[in-house]
Amino acid sequence: MTALPARSRVGLAQAVRDTAVITKRNLLRNVRLPQLLLFSTVQPVMFLLLFNYVFGGAIGRAIPPAAGGKYINWLIPGLVVQVATFGAGQTALGLTEDLSKGVIDRFRSLPMARSAVLAGRTMSDLIRNGLIISLMLGVGFLIGFRYQTDFVRLVAGVAVALAFTYAMSWVMAAIGLAVKNPEAAQSAVFLPVFPLVFASSVFVPTQTMPDWLRAFADNQPITVTTNALRGLILGEGALLPGQTVEGQILAALAWAAGILAVFAPLAVRVYRRTVS
Amino acid sequence: MSGPIVEAEGVVKTFGPIRALDGVDISFEAGIIYGLLGPNGAGKTTLIRVLTTLIRPDAGTARVAGIDVLADPTAARTKMGLAGQFAAVDDYLTGRENVEMVGRLYGLSRGDARRRAAEVLERIGLVDAADRPVRTYSGGMRRRLDLAASMVGRPQVLFLDEPTTGIDPRSRIDIWNLIQDLVADGTTILLTTQYLDEADQLAARVAVIDCGRVITEGTPSELKDKLGGAVVELTVTDDCRDQTLAALATVTGEQPAYEPSTKKITVPAPDGARTLMAVVRSLDSSEIVPDDITLRKPTLDDVFLALTGHHAEDQTQTSATKPRRPRRIR
Repeated sequence: MTALPARSRVGLAQAVRDTAVITKRNLLRNVRLPQLLLFSTVQPVMFLLLFNYVFGGAIGRAIPPAAGGKYINWLIPGLVVQVATFGAGQTALGLTEDLSKGVIDRFRSLPMARSAVLAGRTMSDLIRNGLIISLMLGVGFLIGFRYQTDFVRLVAGVAVALAFTYAMSWVMAAIGLAVKNPEAAQSAVFLPVFPLVFASSVFVPTQTMPDWLRAFADNQPITVTTNALRGLILGEGALLPGQTVEGQILAALAWAAGILAVFAPLAVRVYRRTVS
Repeated sequence: MSGPIVEAEGVVKTFGPIRALDGVDISFEAGIIYGLLGPNGAGKTTLIRVLTTLIRPDAGTARVAGIDVLADPTAARTKMGLAGQFAAVDDYLTGRENVEMVGRLYGLSRGDARRRAAEVLERIGLVDAADRPVRTYSGGMRRRLDLAASMVGRPQVLFLDEPTTGIDPRSRIDIWNLIQDLVADGTTILLTTQYLDEADQLAARVAVIDCGRVITEGTPSELKDKLGGAVVELTVTDDCRDQTLAALATVTGEQPAYEPSTKKITVPAPDGARTLMAVVRSLDSSEIVPDDITLRKPTLDDVFLALTGHHAEDQTQTSATKPRRPRRIR
């Protein structure tokens, strides 16, 4: 084996390969330190238990009959979207940690595809969030969650949530790269996300919110995505009058595509600027 | 290859109001260790970051292995390896996985990356620990692993940013040996250091850098020659100091220097050991017994002091005792 030839361009095949290498590297961390995944799952499960047992009785009366009379059936699609949203925050934390440890410098000094660092990070977080969502669904089943349609639609619902979490990962990538510091990223990521998650249909139906808030809540991406999941998992009866399952799915996917179209290029630009 | 392997001309880089690099020129041929010596914040790391394509300078040009790093950074990256100031290795991967990953990112096939990683780990003396997670490694082992990762693509030029800062003396010697082995095999190395003895020991040529400028450049012995030859340095008890100063002046024909803070008397020794012996004879006949007497060649610290007016290692060691220029960020 001799010295490497000088290449001025990185081809698509290598970009894909480099992305796979980075994805694997990021995922191995979760395998070697299973606590990471465990603690990431504990939080949504805690939300699940608290909301179900503490608020479930009270809120249960306000939810549509499509939920089969059980708050947990209403709650689970919302929590899946909550996990998708919070889980995306991991992208910011992972990138800032790599930045602060000099790992990004190492990557940037290698003749690898520039895009692979961000593509690999968002890909590994997608897989990780898919796993956490599956674990949470498992716990949900144990304590009484039952889909009211069929398994295929449940899987389709999870797929919609994954499209959303992938798009959100790029938002978080841009935020993380802009803040750079892991501690700062923690608050920069979760502060804006909290009100978005609560001012939505994740935990409660939006009908009882004041008009001004409801106008916002009904149209923001977290609600739309949650509605798409509820439509798929519980049936059209879980939606507001006038909404269709297909309509909510299309709207959710459009949001994901729109977010991706804006934030992926933005994250790439911030990445270029951050490290040079 | 003919011509210099690393060449930077007029490199300027500012961060806000700070001129981290203020028109740096360096150039050296292949097959040597080139030292960038300077205190913290002198601009050493910034220069390495320009040369390794991590940042673009505001002005100037840089070529590595004949490739313009600004015009064709990807090609330049195939020729270089970088080990930064922090060991950029992954705690949760094993040593071997870390090195193989970098090999893959250099574009090696899976098999080649595996073979090359085994080779490099052997060379770096980490075979036994190769399959342990890096979080179980000591600081010195992490630095060696980082070095291994930077070698995996067989770079023509290795950039090592303070390779021995913050590690124990024993590991420091290991890394020195490794660096010397690599050069013996034909790799060119540019290393930065704040340690004068490190530059003195390893580097064939040294650029002394301060405030973003190269203030002098040459072989360590050329730099020392700029300060003239050796000196005799001695200390005596206070009561016979004047007598000693007079005796020395007679022997050497030059007025000796006395430094009150260290109580050291120095006098030029143009004839080396001969001067020392003459000094000793003269003191003996005056029945003066010095507490300490040495013949000393000027060190790079003397060079630094003469050129900049401050000691090279001041800024890190005695941060509270002296006023100094504002620290620069990298």
